[in-house]
Amino acid sequence: METILDIEWVLACYADDVPANGGACVKHGNEQIAIYNFVRRGEWYATQNLCPHKQQMVLSRGMIGSEGDSCEPKVACPFHKKTFSLLSGECLSGDEFQIKTYPVRVEDGKVYIGIV
Amino acid sequence: MSQPTIVVVGNGMVGYKFCEKLVSRSAQFNIIVFGEESRIAYDRVHLSEYFNGKSADDLSLSTLSWYADNGIALHLDDPIQEINRIDKTVHSLKGTVIKYDYLVLATGSSPFVPNIEGIEKNGVFVYRTIEDLDLIRDYAANAKVGAVMGGGLLGLEAAKALIDLGIKETHVIEFAPRLMPRQIDSAGSAMLQSKLKQFGLSIHLNKSTSEIAGDDKIEFLKFNDDTSLMVDMLVISAGIRPRDELAKLAGLQTSSRGGIMVNEKMQTSDECIFAIGECALYNSMIYGLVAPGYEMADIVVAYLTGGDKFFYGYDMSTKLKLIGVDVASFGDAFVTEPECRTIVFEDTHKGIYKRINISNDGKYLLGGILVGEAEAYNILLQTVNNKILLPPNPEDLILGSRGGEGVEGAGLMSLPDDALICSCEAVSKLAICSAVNEGASGIDDIKKCTKAGTGCGGCVPLVKDLIAGTMKANGQYVKNVICEHFDYSRQELFDMVKINKLKNYDLVLDHFGKGDGCEVCKPAVASILSSLWNDVIVKQDTIQDSNDRYLANIQKGGTYSVVPRIPGGEITPDKLIVIGQVAKRYGLYTKITGGQRIDMFGAHVNDLPAIWEELIDAGFESGHAYGKSLRTVKSCVGSTWCRYGLHDSVSFAIEIEERYKGVRSPHKLKGGVSGCVRECAEAQAKDFGIIATEKGWNLYVCGNGGSKPQHAQLLATDIDSATCIKYLDRFLMFYIKTADPLTRTATWLNKMDGGIAYLKNVIINNSLDINEQLEEEMQDLVNTYHCEWKEVVENDELRKRFVHFINAPEEKDPAIKFEPMREQIKAKW
Repeated sequence: METILDIEWVLACYADDVPANGGACVKHGNEQIAIYNFVRRGEWYATQNLCPHKQQMVLSRGMIGSEGDSCEPKVACPFHKKTFSLLSGECLSGDEFQIKTYPVRVEDGKVYIGIV
Repeated sequence: MSQPTIVVVGNGMVGYKFCEKLVSRSAQFNIIVFGEESRIAYDRVHLSEYFNGKSADDLSLSTLSWYADNGIALHLDDPIQEINRIDKTVHSLKGTVIKYDYLVLATGSSPFVPNIEGIEKNGVFVYRTIEDLDLIRDYAANAKVGAVMGGGLLGLEAAKALIDLGIKETHVIEFAPRLMPRQIDSAGSAMLQSKLKQFGLSIHLNKSTSEIAGDDKIEFLKFNDDTSLMVDMLVISAGIRPRDELAKLAGLQTSSRGGIMVNEKMQTSDECIFAIGECALYNSMIYGLVAPGYEMADIVVAYLTGGDKFFYGYDMSTKLKLIGVDVASFGDAFVTEPECRTIVFEDTHKGIYKRINISNDGKYLLGGILVGEAEAYNILLQTVNNKILLPPNPEDLILGSRGGEGVEGAGLMSLPDDALICSCEAVSKLAICSAVNEGASGIDDIKKCTKAGTGCGGCVPLVKDLIAGTMKANGQYVKNVICEHFDYSRQELFDMVKINKLKNYDLVLDHFGKGDGCEVCKPAVASILSSLWNDVIVKQDTIQDSNDRYLANIQKGGTYSVVPRIPGGEITPDKLIVIGQVAKRYGLYTKITGGQRIDMFGAHVNDLPAIWEELIDAGFESGHAYGKSLRTVKSCVGSTWCRYGLHDSVSFAIEIEERYKGVRSPHKLKGGVSGCVRECAEAQAKDFGIIATEKGWNLYVCGNGGSKPQHAQLLATDIDSATCIKYLDRFLMFYIKTADPLTRTATWLNKMDGGIAYLKNVIINNSLDINEQLEEEMQDLVNTYHCEWKEVVENDELRKRFVHFINAPEEKDPAIKFEPMREQIKAKW
């Protein structure tokens, strides 16, 4: 596949490495990126691994799920259960936090993250 | 100006209540009380409990110090003999003369003793005071056959007293053609009669006694119909007579049939003298119950403190338990067709009779009678008093819910704010709901802040429903659903998962939920699955909380702590050395925990399997410090070393910890075993605590440390070890199956209707008939125990999950930093 505009698609890991309906953390240079394998929805997501609430590198270890009638996909930080939208990165627990999200593509069992 | 003096004549329930109400509303008065009895006011309503284990002190409504603290001069054993209305003075038997500004007569009533030949004989008693009861008790010791004259409310109470005293054969003799003629109709009486027969009472109706025969003591009763009955003793309970002799002597208006005449302010014919309680006659009525007496007291207090409240009669509805049979009568119980329509339900098998009278247009409830089952009494009474529109099928009111919603809960919240819920203390629905809104959450809170339910106690079920209803209306716990994805309580879901044998989260969500789940329902379902099937939890690692997913407690900075099980806190020196070596090798901070074991902090997720491999090789097992499961059973050193120890608390603690280790529950569980009453293991602060006694163990449950400390409550005393474990099996399994997610046992018990008494009934008396099942289920969990860490250490696939970077498994999280502190490390972040 071609690179669109200035998004660089980086091979992050193999699809099998990320637990079903859960997350795992990948190292990209000095960055830590959490990848989520939302098997139930047939979707993949990626966000920063750092929870902005207490600055902990843990989001990949959080539980994922959905919220509301629109079934917004979300991840809950394992530390204090702050939840973040996997689509927009917006904090859904009423705090003014925002996390970075990344586009994800999976091809031939390989997971690529789009880095801007 | 000096304080006005109020003299209260009579120190019964109503006289006392008058004082209590007055001092709570004003300190303006100088109050002096004269009582004929030598005791301070006591609870005459529950008098029969005196034969049932309650002492005179238990029945007492107050203490001498209460009178002193409130500046009330109390003259006991000193009845007033004379009132001088011109000087405004009272004269007591012992010669005290007091000048009053206001006089309150609360002289009560005396038992009516009919003028029958032989009434003066030995073995004939009345039933009114504690002294009467003492006399009855002494005489009953040598009596085999007893009789009560009078089948009214008090007569049946007296009959119960005779049964409680061990009188083998007890008869009730009633002049009228039915029992409790003032409260219930003939059909209700027939039902009551057949129930009472089962308790060994012989009932004789339409009987008029003509003579009490025998040489100086009673030997038999002769009746007008020429029959007779051999008896050893007789209790007269043929009604009451108002004590109006003092008033009569003072020239106050009294009725020829008895009673001091009062107006709606409870004033007698002398405006400075009031009469309240059973001595007062209002509108040709004597009110022989305690609630209207309290209301009268309230009216006088209102008058004296400048309020303006009037007495216009009182609802004489009543509910009571007579010899184990519920009897209630409310509103207009006796109105008949064509003035109304009557619905009757009769079940002779169970001994239930219910009658309701409804208005001809079917809109309103007028009154009714309940015998054998009176749960609906409160709501029915409210329906009458508040003129609540009846449902289209009013028979539901007495037949109960037949498949549909319960009537009781539904009608309750629609009561008007001023509906009187507690008639003894005159507490309205609004007062109770407001208290709940201000934070009161249980019946005890409500009793404290509103006094509702502290009188006869009859309204307590209603108050409880009201608390629940108000909390529900506030959204405080609306049906306890787990979260937006599951419209069920944990208990419901537990049963559904079990019945359908569902073994993974996605199946549960597909069957009973919606959406994609969340961080609330996933661990809740995970806990249910573990409690049911006890499978290796890391097989479904992404539905676990982080701690359960990595089988370790996540700490500041993202490292984990490692806690091997040290049952009962007992550990060998060799094992201590292993812990030291492991901690040193992996650079861990070590600390003794509150649960008598050793915690190693600062482990990288990558190191966890290797750390555990070493620990398991040395004979350790997972300590489940990360799980909502049994943590530790703390123990004192016990009889093996301690010179005070009664039993070997360490061995028992180890046995129990080994039994329940790994059992998943709605929240963490902690236990304790103390070898004597000094309680060094602090067992009473645990979810279950066991304390040695001379004869065995005392078992306490549902204690808690934490932010809201709560002492555990005594479940069983002096039981042996096997019984203790049996009760623990039942208790823990019952908790596991019924508690809401993340609810500790203390909160679970606090929310339980009936509290510890109910729990005891379930665990010890098998009231739900589930104990065998509970024991089996617990045994299954015990049998399927596995060390979770052993499973991981021996399984390469599972081990692979313990990495920080999925694409660089060897690398540790570079964000984790430590700094030194007291020769160890601490997290830097």
